[in-house]
Amino acid sequence: MTLNLDKPIKFSPLHRLQWEEAQQKDVILYPEGMVELNQSSAEILKCCDGTRNLDQIVSELELKFATSGLKNDITNFLEIALKNGWIQQNQ
Amino acid sequence: MAGSNKTNSTPPRWLLAELTYACPLQCPYCSNPIDYANYQSELSTEDWKRVLSQARKMGAVQLGFSGGEPLTRKDLVELVKHARDLGYYSNLITSGYGMTETKIVQLKEAGLDHIQISIQASSQELNDHIAGTSSFDHKKSVAHLIKKHGYPMVLCVVIHRENIHQMAQILEMAEELGADYLELANTQYYGWAHVNRDLLLPTKEQFQQAEKLAQAFKDRVAGKMKIYYVVPDFYEDRPKACMNGWGTTFLTIAPDGVALPCHSARELPGLDCPNVNDYSIETIWNESRAFNFFRGVDWMKEPCLSCDEKSKDFGGCRCQAYLLTGDMYAADPVCSKSSDRAVIEQAIDSAKTASAISTNEKPLIFRNSKNSKIMTRN
Repeated sequence: MTLNLDKPIKFSPLHRLQWEEAQQKDVILYPEGMVELNQSSAEILKCCDGTRNLDQIVSELELKFATSGLKNDITNFLEIALKNGWIQQNQ
Repeated sequence: MAGSNKTNSTPPRWLLAELTYACPLQCPYCSNPIDYANYQSELSTEDWKRVLSQARKMGAVQLGFSGGEPLTRKDLVELVKHARDLGYYSNLITSGYGMTETKIVQLKEAGLDHIQISIQASSQELNDHIAGTSSFDHKKSVAHLIKKHGYPMVLCVVIHRENIHQMAQILEMAEELGADYLELANTQYYGWAHVNRDLLLPTKEQFQQAEKLAQAFKDRVAGKMKIYYVVPDFYEDRPKACMNGWGTTFLTIAPDGVALPCHSARELPGLDCPNVNDYSIETIWNESRAFNFFRGVDWMKEPCLSCDEKSKDFGGCRCQAYLLTGDMYAADPVCSKSSDRAVIEQAIDSAKTASAISTNEKPLIFRNSKNSKIMTRN
């Protein structure tokens, strides 16, 4: 399974992304499990709303954090996210 | 000494709400206590709401609605709604018995996140025999409805000697039903399973064969279905890291409101497990004798005390140590470093001998109120 560069990316409806006040962290929740996220991973996943593809997510985040050169890091993380089923790419 | 000084504790993350001991099924490996019929009282809706709110405030986020059969509680939808409002991720752990499409929709609207449904075997005859109830076809139709309404689905199959030969068909069934996760739960021998162990414990060869099939299946369905494999600890040489360490992560509330560090803990002597009717969750978690009893490593004896793996498995399971050695401070006898390891070998031999005898000579003892009362009296 590899990331398609053109298709929009959507956070999986079988998972839930939420801020945990007690842990001061964003987490992914799924049946009987939880993954704690660092801030940059959480920011990437919040962009996965099913309207943007990889390049659009990169532009959005580079603009938001007034920086450049994020593409490699974002791609690597989204590959992991796809492998874990946290994100989807529909037709 | 255990329980005399408090160790710095982490907040609970997992709350298991055992809403009721009532269950239309009679599975002979049920994890409910043998004497469950003695606990008739159940927390009220308002009690449960208070418990959920208090635990959530401390940081609990995964919530299991379990039992017994949680669908027998008339206030289930209301409790699910309350849990969703608090931000829990809610798991319904059900036999599927009594589930209807209307209820599935109501629970979804109330905010239920996930349904775990148990099936006892891959054939109707064996499923209905083990469950002690005619339920196979209904369970399968409920599994389809769970997927139809967009829930993630965990299919849970408890594995033992009566169904382990069906492993290939069980895997096929999971795929056919569209399970997102398959939990292959090798029976853990507590409570009812302990009583029936001679009739339930498979041989090592049976385990190895079944595990090989499950491993090949896991590789084939990677990316589509995840496998949760509960290990058969009798055939391991190190114990499980039970409950991720005592009083670190898991909080179980029994139907009558007793708070337990693990769901078997009420079988341990002298713990004085507190009740949510008397104390807040915060007091129970931080201050109670029961939750501090086996926290940290100060309670340990040899060989655990000087073991370099003690922070990995925490000495294994306290309930198993007590059940099999009579000493709840002992190393889990599953460990090859335990001087009591022989009791595990004896259990394996005893089951192997029993498997050669006709089951009519020593039938399974099914989990029901009648048997619970008989066994508690003796």
